[in-house]
Amino acid sequence: MKLTVNGKALQIKSDADTPLLWVLRDELNMVGTKFGCGIAQCGACTVHLEGRAIRSCVTPVSAVAGKQIQTIEGQADEKGLSPVQRAWLETDVAQCGYCQSGQIMAASALLSENPNPTDAEIDTAMAGNICRCGTYPRIRTAVHLAALWMTEEQSA
Amino acid sequence: MSENISSGVLNRRQFVQAGGAFLFAAQCPVTFSRKAHAAGAGAMMNSFVRIDPNNVITMLANNSEFGNGAYTVMSMMLAEELDVDYRSIVLEAAPTTPEYYSPLFREYLTAGSVTTGSTFIPMRTAGAKARAMLLEAAARSWQVPGAELTTENGTVQHLETGRSSPYGALLETIHRLEIQPPDAVTLKDPSQFRILGKPTKRYEGAGKVDGSAQFGIDIKLPGMLYGSIARPPVHGGRVVDFDASTALSMPGVVKVKAIRAGVVVLADSYWRAQKARAEVKINWDRGANATVSSEQFYRDYREMAETPGMLAEDIGDALGALDQADEVIEAVYEMPLLAHATLEPMNCIAQVEGATCTIWSGTQYQSNDQEVISHFLGIPQENVTIHRPLMGGSFGRRSSKTADYTVEAVEAAKGESVPVQIIWSREEDIRSGHYRPLFVHKLRGSVDSSGMPEAWHQVVVGQSLMQGTKHDPNYMVRGMDIYSLDGCLQEPFGVFPYGTSYAIAHHRVESHNAPKIGIVPQEWRSVGHTHTGIAYECFLDELAAKGGVDPLELRLRLTKDHARMNRVLKVLREKCEWDKPLAPGRGRGVASRVYSISPIAQAVEITVAENGDFTVDRVVCVVDCGFAVNPLGIEGQVEGGLAYGLGGVAFGNIDIVDGEVQQSNFHDYPVMRLPQMPKVEIHILPSDEPPTGVGEQATTPIAPAVANALFNATGRRIRRFPLSSQGFNLV
Repeated sequence: MKLTVNGKALQIKSDADTPLLWVLRDELNMVGTKFGCGIAQCGACTVHLEGRAIRSCVTPVSAVAGKQIQTIEGQADEKGLSPVQRAWLETDVAQCGYCQSGQIMAASALLSENPNPTDAEIDTAMAGNICRCGTYPRIRTAVHLAALWMTEEQSA
Repeated sequence: MSENISSGVLNRRQFVQAGGAFLFAAQCPVTFSRKAHAAGAGAMMNSFVRIDPNNVITMLANNSEFGNGAYTVMSMMLAEELDVDYRSIVLEAAPTTPEYYSPLFREYLTAGSVTTGSTFIPMRTAGAKARAMLLEAAARSWQVPGAELTTENGTVQHLETGRSSPYGALLETIHRLEIQPPDAVTLKDPSQFRILGKPTKRYEGAGKVDGSAQFGIDIKLPGMLYGSIARPPVHGGRVVDFDASTALSMPGVVKVKAIRAGVVVLADSYWRAQKARAEVKINWDRGANATVSSEQFYRDYREMAETPGMLAEDIGDALGALDQADEVIEAVYEMPLLAHATLEPMNCIAQVEGATCTIWSGTQYQSNDQEVISHFLGIPQENVTIHRPLMGGSFGRRSSKTADYTVEAVEAAKGESVPVQIIWSREEDIRSGHYRPLFVHKLRGSVDSSGMPEAWHQVVVGQSLMQGTKHDPNYMVRGMDIYSLDGCLQEPFGVFPYGTSYAIAHHRVESHNAPKIGIVPQEWRSVGHTHTGIAYECFLDELAAKGGVDPLELRLRLTKDHARMNRVLKVLREKCEWDKPLAPGRGRGVASRVYSISPIAQAVEITVAENGDFTVDRVVCVVDCGFAVNPLGIEGQVEGGLAYGLGGVAFGNIDIVDGEVQQSNFHDYPVMRLPQMPKVEIHILPSDEPPTGVGEQATTPIAPAVANALFNATGRRIRRFPLSSQGFNLV
């Protein structure tokens, strides 16, 4: 089975029914994507499939064979951290940090579809991502900041 | 503080080879690694500080990082006195030896919101003493008076002669001249602080945005097997026998065996282990709890609450005053079992080799893990090495007194030639974990002619956290658990040096320890206050309503002799615009608490719909935590702490029926989500008092404040929790 992760074509050996999450973590050793619930309730395992946010814990790897996957490890490019990651640092969002890979992947998918979301739109788009430390106020702030930076960088 | 400096023998320890370590400063996983320790030229300046010749400064951190900000404040403190960038310091988890035990707990334990307060002097002293040795080395080698030297950004400088030296270059001089650490050292005056007191971003923040931060669950070791445990359906149940023939025929499965926690399946991937686990047929002995239920606990506890308990406090003559009162208000408050639901599920890697054991575990409580493992394996405590990675939340769960998730990994790894990692599923976490115990509080009270509370009688019933544990001598007072009562006593009790901050003339509190039943009680962020806060602050609100006194005014009057809380409440009244009228369907509530010395108060505004759906629109929080070491971190802890408490009171509920926990995952054990998060305004009061805690304080007032606001809006008192069980749904 073939998979493209962060632009790299990879040959996968895991059983076909293995959730993408465990292929990433246990076979590819890409552990930035986290396990939180196993039933698509917490969002810690959020990755991008063809640019859209999905829950990798309920996605069998066979269902994404041949498709483009992006994980938190692929957020930064040769120029450095993505605007969402930079906004997260600037806002000092993380506490324990365990959910933040998923939060950042969800936020970046949101911003690619909706470059200037309202608070209500952020709430809706990010409701599936649990943060037990309660960093929610800073997540809202950081999403707005990332939106601002992305707009500025595009017009620059 | 424990110093244990033996200078002149600067190589007395094994040192980390500094090469490359610098690059990872401020984003690197922090583990104490024996492998990484090889003899080097670095100098251990004292227990907490090592400096290497290439100027890498390493701090040995003896408090755990689980989102609490321990690594940030500790590196800030050290950096302040050493005059370096806090992010240039490399952090290592200190080994599990007595010199690193908490001076407060006398154990290796991060808990009780005391990290900042208990490290404020020791870490600064460690930095200042190391700096003094560097100054002495420069002064003697340059033959200039020490008083003319300054330090800046990791260098010692002599401005007059223009000489300067990086710290690392002075190590040879320290060694050659056998420079001793000073006996005493003067710490910076707060007016000189360049880092402390300034909003400072998280030390290990960078690794938490690019996926590189290493949590326990992320650690991979060569040849490691993954283990998944089938646990008994009832707490305290046991395996009778099992049939693993199907599981063993599945790909990647290496072994299936019974351990005390259940049946563990070992495989070459976690997914394969989990899948095979579902195929193991197990015959369980359901044990003594096969018929217990939450409803039965409530009934039993309510009955106990009607009988006299052990007397914790008896100020004035509460019973006499209530006998003579025109009217006595009575209420019973009932709080359920709660799970912690850390987002990183419990996990631990263990390797047992002969008479040694090594574990990799996110833990708040290293010395206890070490003790439990050493006892289990029958090996000396020093043969147990603990590597402590970052933790994906804890909230008390990872301070397990039974070391449950740690020792089971050791048991699973025993007899295997490779390391074994046990990872809990969310279902195991919710059904088979440790819980905030269920509590019932019976309250009676009366008001005087001015409407103020006159007599108060409270009976507290619930499982003790400490009774029968090794903590019994320190935390049980005349048979009563001080944690069961923390937050409902007016006067200091046991080792807790503070009371409620309120002065009620006749105040009596009694305590019953509910029978221990094998469902393990565990500290849950803010511990006793998670239930005493609700019972106390809501009943205070009941008395306020009875006496016709505004609830915030009532608290101001009750705290007139408690200067710090009184100031908090005065600021709160102003900042939350308490006296501004609200539209129909909206309500306000207030609560104020002292936990681990810090006074905190919150006022909330809510909107309730006809169907009981409600939103928390605004929370104003005022806190006095002494000198605010890191205001940015404090705000984060307050926001997060109140989110944790709000989720708990709104829908937190572990319900047991026929011995089985009914909830299993986030769909039926809901927690706070982004849309439910209120707007939070935080006011940290300026103070020159020593810093005190803030990690758990905000969790406590939010629950009663919201319940009081629901009463304010609807006229309905809620006395059984969570709110969702009473028709009020936080949306």
